[in-house]
Amino acid sequence: MKLKNRHLLGLEGMSADDIGLILDTSVSFKEVLERPIKKVPPLQGKTIANLFFESSTRTRISFELAERRLSADVVSFAASGSSVSKGETLKDTARNIEAMKIDMVVIRHASPGTAHFLSKVVEANVINAGDGAHEHPTQGLLDMFTLREQFGSLKGLSVCIVGDILHSRVARSNILGLNTMGAKVSVCGPATLIPREIEKLGVEVYHNLEEVIPRVDALNVLRIQLERQQSGFFPSLREYHRYFGVTREKVAKASKPVTIMHPGPINRDVELSADLADSEHSVILQQVTNGVAVRMAVLYLLGTS
Amino acid sequence: MKKTKLFDLAGFKRTINRLAHEVVERNKGAEDIALVGIRTRGEHLAYRLAKTIQQIEGKSISVGSLDITLYRDDLHGRLDQPQLKSTEILFDITGKVVVLVDDVLFTGRTIRSALNALMDIGRPATIQLLVLVDRGHRELPIKADFAGKNVPTSQKQEIKVHMTEVDNEDAVYLIDPPDQENA
Repeated sequence: MKLKNRHLLGLEGMSADDIGLILDTSVSFKEVLERPIKKVPPLQGKTIANLFFESSTRTRISFELAERRLSADVVSFAASGSSVSKGETLKDTARNIEAMKIDMVVIRHASPGTAHFLSKVVEANVINAGDGAHEHPTQGLLDMFTLREQFGSLKGLSVCIVGDILHSRVARSNILGLNTMGAKVSVCGPATLIPREIEKLGVEVYHNLEEVIPRVDALNVLRIQLERQQSGFFPSLREYHRYFGVTREKVAKASKPVTIMHPGPINRDVELSADLADSEHSVILQQVTNGVAVRMAVLYLLGTS
Repeated sequence: MKKTKLFDLAGFKRTINRLAHEVVERNKGAEDIALVGIRTRGEHLAYRLAKTIQQIEGKSISVGSLDITLYRDDLHGRLDQPQLKSTEILFDITGKVVVLVDDVLFTGRTIRSALNALMDIGRPATIQLLVLVDRGHRELPIKADFAGKNVPTSQKQEIKVHMTEVDNEDAVYLIDPPDQENA
């Protein structure tokens, strides 16, 4: 029982066995998080560096918590106020960090492929915490974990990812992972925000939310990056909300309840209505809790092998 | 490879009966007793013991299972990662007399891990150790309060406990290593 790769760079090419091992291991860590003392010793003596070259609150805190709860020593670093702003290359930053005897590196960067690059120049285990619009594997894993918790199994489950698929690493990791685990994945959004030829990843494409809702078990609603509004991908937030905003009215038309997921942070009443985000069908906060357990599982599996 | 049966089904049952009585006798009843079995076979043993103690004392007893994987001292540098399972102790162990249950007591390292794991969950009044087989060769200063059977072994021999819940039979075997390789 061991992961095939010593890095977690993406869910592309990861086997169903490996994903299953991570999800099963996460169940154990979820139990640890419910104890009065939420700390266990398996990574004692290991040092982990969190390199966040792109701003992040949730993911960084989630990783830090996971690392500390496994008893690792943690150094965190944000791009602003570091040598990156002094013009140091990524390779040099990495080399320097390595010279300080770091065992694992968690990296978030705006450029796709950064984690892959890093895994080739350092000895430490590398975990991708998001690289541009490429992948965000731990988010994909925690979404799958949450779905498995809700529905018991991923096989045959129908999941639609709604919104800005074009710029979304969350969408890619979800599509790749869910397909491997035998779920049926669809995407829904305005044509401008759906990448061309995405069907080749094995997803169905919809442009009408009301058509897709009755066919799925869960909706994974992506954040509309407000800064994109200026770039002409859609005319206005109001129009986006009317057609692609997930609301109680649209969800109520389906005969069975639909589980609502969102990777955060939510723009309330843009991609998801506020009442639905807080409703009994929403598992958004469970996703956050599960994120820590899943990241503990990944760190544990990579850090002890 | 020689395989000697140390206990069979009847022996297994008698031993559990005796151990249950010893636990009750030592603690003057079943008040405040909780059994915690170390996964996998210790857990099943704990459930069987609890059932027997209930029959003796007419009181129900809390039982939990403990996974010690995260507390092992040999997690790093193993070729194969041990499978992580969950700890299920759904009661507060603080102030209880916790009887820690395992199938075989050997180096004592598993028990050391279990003690640390228990301490992170709560503060028991006392912890007692119950094992089905004590085979010697301790590497840490740990000793069992209740032992089903003391079996003198050599380092190279192996003790295998089989339980119906996982192995389709109740039996304990002493296995000698193949002669050539280990001569």
